[in-house]
Amino acid sequence: MFNVQDIRKDFPILSRKVNGKPLVYFDNAATSQTPQQVIDVIVDYYTNYNANIHRGVHTLSQEATDLYEQARQKVQTHFNAKFSHEIILTSGTTHSINLVANGFSSLLKKGDEIIVSALEHHSNIVPWQMLCERTGAVLKVIPMNEDGELVMNDFNNLLSKNTKLVFVNHISNALGTINPIAYIIEKAHQVGAAVLIDGAQACPHIKPDVQALDVDFYVASAHKMCGPTGVGMLYGKEAWLNKLPPYQGGGEMIAEVTFEKTTYAGLPHKFEAGTPNIAGGVAFGAAIDYINNIGFDTIAAYENDLLDYATEKLLAIEGLKIYGTSKNKTSVISFNLENIHPYDIGTILDKLGIAVRTGHHCAQPIMDFYRIPGTVRASFSFYNTKEEIDALVEGVKKAKMMLS
Amino acid sequence: MTIEDIQNEIIDEFSMFDDWEERYQYMIDLGKDLPLIDDQYKTESNIIKGCQSKVWVHAEMKGDKITFTADSDAIITKGIIAILIRAFSDQHPKDIIDANTDFIDKIGLKEHLSPTRANGLVSMVKQLKMYAIAYQTQLN
Ligand SMILES: Cc1ncc(COP(=O)(O)O)c(C=O)c1O
Repeated sequence: MFNVQDIRKDFPILSRKVNGKPLVYFDNAATSQTPQQVIDVIVDYYTNYNANIHRGVHTLSQEATDLYEQARQKVQTHFNAKFSHEIILTSGTTHSINLVANGFSSLLKKGDEIIVSALEHHSNIVPWQMLCERTGAVLKVIPMNEDGELVMNDFNNLLSKNTKLVFVNHISNALGTINPIAYIIEKAHQVGAAVLIDGAQACPHIKPDVQALDVDFYVASAHKMCGPTGVGMLYGKEAWLNKLPPYQGGGEMIAEVTFEKTTYAGLPHKFEAGTPNIAGGVAFGAAIDYINNIGFDTIAAYENDLLDYATEKLLAIEGLKIYGTSKNKTSVISFNLENIHPYDIGTILDKLGIAVRTGHHCAQPIMDFYRIPGTVRASFSFYNTKEEIDALVEGVKKAKMMLS
Repeated sequence: MTIEDIQNEIIDEFSMFDDWEERYQYMIDLGKDLPLIDDQYKTESNIIKGCQSKVWVHAEMKGDKITFTADSDAIITKGIIAILIRAFSDQHPKDIIDANTDFIDKIGLKEHLSPTRANGLVSMVKQLKMYAIAYQTQLN
């Protein structure tokens, strides 16, 4: 039985105070909190196993390597990849995306097309713009509608034999919209394009099955899944990963080096140059265990309940408007209150110990679409409670009173 | 009055407040009341790009003193701007260059001038000083 009070005991940070008030943490879409079970794994790693991996004959190095490779297998199992060498451990979603974008430099030519969506995190649009500059490929954008959903008709019209790559996030960070990725993958494959899905926002809520999706690349960050910062993953189909050239040169990624020629290591090491964040990787595995122990069905049911509750309570505040009203969305509420600047609301909420995100959420095109400078974003996790949502609602009312 | 006198006056005013709510309400009211900048100066080139709230600053030399006007689209930011402008405007460039902003700490608003705060105020203070340096060079 899921008992949120028990779950909360796993997260030491949830009992701290901010500005003299109990912390209400609603910035989960930016980064999730870390349970003691994961913190313990990091401490245990440095206490008992710390060594460099993949290169030592000594016991510590072998034990550390085993732990790291076990973590890779946990990621593989979680995402249901066919092989563990299809899982590249990276420093996060951004790194994973750049790795793929860089790899495509050598595969694209002038006139090829890359399709991205209007709902992207803009730091993720940049690698594609850079790729287009390098190769002469053209960037096309799937537009969105008022509800914050991608318009599939327009997507279909953008697809052609020139389409080489489609990049879409599984779930929008600014609005919480769940995009129809299965459909997008199927359609893109019909024209022979590869698909990269940014699962950074999806993985805290959904367990993706990369084989069932038949996706070519899927990326995520550990720090949004109760894991540590600076760690993430790239799943790529074996055939694709073999096709892409290495991203960075360095130790670990080579088989043989002479000054004339270097032969690269096989997968996954070809893409893992240098000493990785070993403790972080091991802790990523522990985080995956932690959330699977709770179970994604349980998490989804509980978070949807929080979302419905918060949506109803917030909408009861006069003048409050929610952006991102798709029926398919996760527990993210982006809103504005009359003409009050989101920054002002966020500042008052912070004084009340309530952590929300304000601003454009690195999704300026979405804000431009709605003609707003930004929103206040509250994002809920399975360790949040209805009482915390009540505190948010009271906080927003207080902000409204003070600011208008 | 010198910048320091004005700062002490502001510290006195804020010492009357018991809690953050009163301080913030006062600041919000300052922000609301003051028409801080002439619309013609709310130009793209006068914008200080903080991550979240926009801040505009305009400087003019009147005699041997600088007059600052400024604005923001966020009201709390605007309230602090009103306080900063009150301390720094109509002063000699040299005094502006030498002045510090510790008083913001003393009135319990330190967090707003933290370099990690994405509200543009830190850049605004820098900009005020840059203007002062530029005008000071002219005077010399
Ligand atoms: C949809 C999406 N993609 C990518 C990122 C970037 O993730 P990271 O900073 O962990 O690389 C984020 C983080 O906010 C995100 O929400």
